[in-house]
Amino acid sequence: MNIKIQGGRVIDPASQLDQVTDLYISAGKIAAIGEAPAGFTADQTIDASNQVVSPGLIDLCAHVREPGFTRKGNINTETAAAAAGGITTLCTPPNSKPIADTTAVVDLIQDRAREAGNARILPMGAMTQGLAGEQLSPLHGLSQVGCIAFTNMRLPVKNSLVLTRCLEYAATHDLLVIFQAEDAGLSSGGAMHEDTTCTRLGLNGIPETAETIEVARCLLLIEQTEVRAHFGQLSCERSVKMVMEARNRGLQVTADIAIQNLLLTDENVNGFDPNFHLIPPLRSQLDRAGLRQALLSDGFQAICSDHQPHETAAKQAPFAATEPGMTGLETLLSLSLILVDQELISLPQMLSKLTSGPAKVLGIESGQIAEGLPADLCIFDPQAEWTLTPETCKSAGQNTPFMGHTLKGQVNYTLLEGQVVYQLN
Amino acid sequence: MFEQQDPNQIQLNSEGQLKHFLTTEGLSRELLSEILDTADSFVDMSAQQVKKVPLLRGKTVVNLFFEASTRTASTFELAAKRLSADVLNLNISTSSTAKGETLRDTLMTMEAMHSDMFVVRHSDSGAQHYIAENVTPNVAVINAGDGRHAHPTQAMLDMLTIRQHKGDFSPLKVAIVGDILHSRVARSQIHALRTLGAAEVRVIAPHTLLPRHIEALGVQVYTDMNQGLKDVDVVMMLRLQRERMLSALLPSEAEFYKLYGLSEDKLKHAHPDAIVMHPGPINRGVEIESAVADGPRSLILNQVTNGIAVRMAVMSMSMSGQTTEAQRRAEQQASSAE
Repeated sequence: MNIKIQGGRVIDPASQLDQVTDLYISAGKIAAIGEAPAGFTADQTIDASNQVVSPGLIDLCAHVREPGFTRKGNINTETAAAAAGGITTLCTPPNSKPIADTTAVVDLIQDRAREAGNARILPMGAMTQGLAGEQLSPLHGLSQVGCIAFTNMRLPVKNSLVLTRCLEYAATHDLLVIFQAEDAGLSSGGAMHEDTTCTRLGLNGIPETAETIEVARCLLLIEQTEVRAHFGQLSCERSVKMVMEARNRGLQVTADIAIQNLLLTDENVNGFDPNFHLIPPLRSQLDRAGLRQALLSDGFQAICSDHQPHETAAKQAPFAATEPGMTGLETLLSLSLILVDQELISLPQMLSKLTSGPAKVLGIESGQIAEGLPADLCIFDPQAEWTLTPETCKSAGQNTPFMGHTLKGQVNYTLLEGQVVYQLN
Repeated sequence: MFEQQDPNQIQLNSEGQLKHFLTTEGLSRELLSEILDTADSFVDMSAQQVKKVPLLRGKTVVNLFFEASTRTASTFELAAKRLSADVLNLNISTSSTAKGETLRDTLMTMEAMHSDMFVVRHSDSGAQHYIAENVTPNVAVINAGDGRHAHPTQAMLDMLTIRQHKGDFSPLKVAIVGDILHSRVARSQIHALRTLGAAEVRVIAPHTLLPRHIEALGVQVYTDMNQGLKDVDVVMMLRLQRERMLSALLPSEAEFYKLYGLSEDKLKHAHPDAIVMHPGPINRGVEIESAVADGPRSLILNQVTNGIAVRMAVMSMSMSGQTTEAQRRAEQQASSAE
């Protein structure tokens, strides 16, 4: 099928392309930019005038809840939500049930994603068996069946020797390791950032050191083992400073930040709304400012959704008793556009954090618009306002503080390998 | 992006009357004084032959205690009965939730019994906020202690006790001693004392028992008991749970008592007329010396008596506010239907 996307503002941060032009798609790939290829006849023409045409977004952390937790969501619903949010590639953490530490589980996730056909899933594998932090998973075998990276998530690898062995083994095979840095002892029982709001509300706090100590330990071991490493969803100013210093010392380490940590602070928890119960927690204004500043550096190549859908009951309890996390695939782009509206970064810079930046982290070809590459595209109106409602929400989880809020930047089309996988209305 | 939440939006009705009583934080001095004045009138009533008034006649009060309690539960029960309410006492910790029922389901079950007021104690901070947000509009929720967050009736009975003995709050230096970190009582006391205009509120504890940034609540922090007690007019001791000694928070009962236990010697640093209070139950020889607990400055038993009066006050006030709100809503609905 041939598709012509006509008259859109094509922004491709990878090639620094930003111009109003036409795109031609054939056999699932970008056939040409600007002039139609010889003999091209469009089966479908998409009018993209006054809209932005960008590479399909890449989300470095999105829980799809399958297998094992389908009461919260499944691969079909969550990839549909991704498509509605302009996301064509998403990385899923390994804490499914069973845990993604065998090739069978990884195969199953990818099969289901292919069946759903809404978005590409790149599974992360468990760095240790059962995420127990004790025995190395078959990292090489898992990478052969499609695991894009390996992580132990927020579950502790307490024994530093075990962690060192994991990193050495990953480095042997040039595998990417992702850290979601958290010292389990310091964060134990915590429900929100430890600061004045936490003290007033009488909730158990999660101190900054729960993150920074682990970042420091990991950085030292990254340096020792020379593993390719990435920090996911950093939340503290001090953490991002340490990562930037490490990069300045020459370490090949990258990081991402969840969009909610760039927009909100712990003060939003005032009132005990469980939709603000997030791990990593919303931090202080100082931390948020530090994260926003870090976004301007090339060390922080990605903004992610940290999408965590939950069933309604999971948030129907007192704050600390609820399950942490918010659904975020459908709002990732619009919330990121707030950073543009606030003039923190330009639109192309913002899109680079959602396309070419995460692609570089993962070492994949996606996230750019170039002839011969798969046509993963997001076509959106940056000015159009829309409201996420329970009725329109594609994700099985409706747990977001942005439910009912009017946001700017509406996705009109999402294309995955040249197929329209989402079309507004 | 989001407006700062007003914690009182939920506990006051549109006329500014008490609809639920969840926290002392953010309530006006006038409203706190009104609670104390109303409580004062009930203190006198308790001394009379007939100790009942019909303010809650025909109403059903459910005591929902998800955590064990003796004195708080008893005084709430007695307060409700003295207001002529029908009272149902439920120790939930040993019943439905132990069978896996969620808080929301328990709540809906209680609502289906057409209750008018829930008095709730729960181990999770904010549980009563959650309940107040989810109950039907004509049910009042009284917080009988939630997690580390608030225990507003305890704080108000402490305020009543202080006012009875000291009168004006404005010259008072008050020290709160012990496990501030885990204390819902301390947080509620601090908010109430500051709103009522106490000159200085101090907290005294080792760093392991102090929440970070506690000074943001407007208190002076002391880690030395003798310095912290210097010239104070009121010493409010907190209960220290023995299990805290077994964790990494404190090395031993003996060391805690030596450094932070209220002895007659340490009390000499306070003002000569200083009063001593404790929310109970007391651990003699851990937080407080028997001679002080039973001594002439101790108001511990007065606090218990005042507890009934304060609870009668907030129950009657919140039910009144709730009824007014329900009437207003009914009138609005009737007028919009016309």
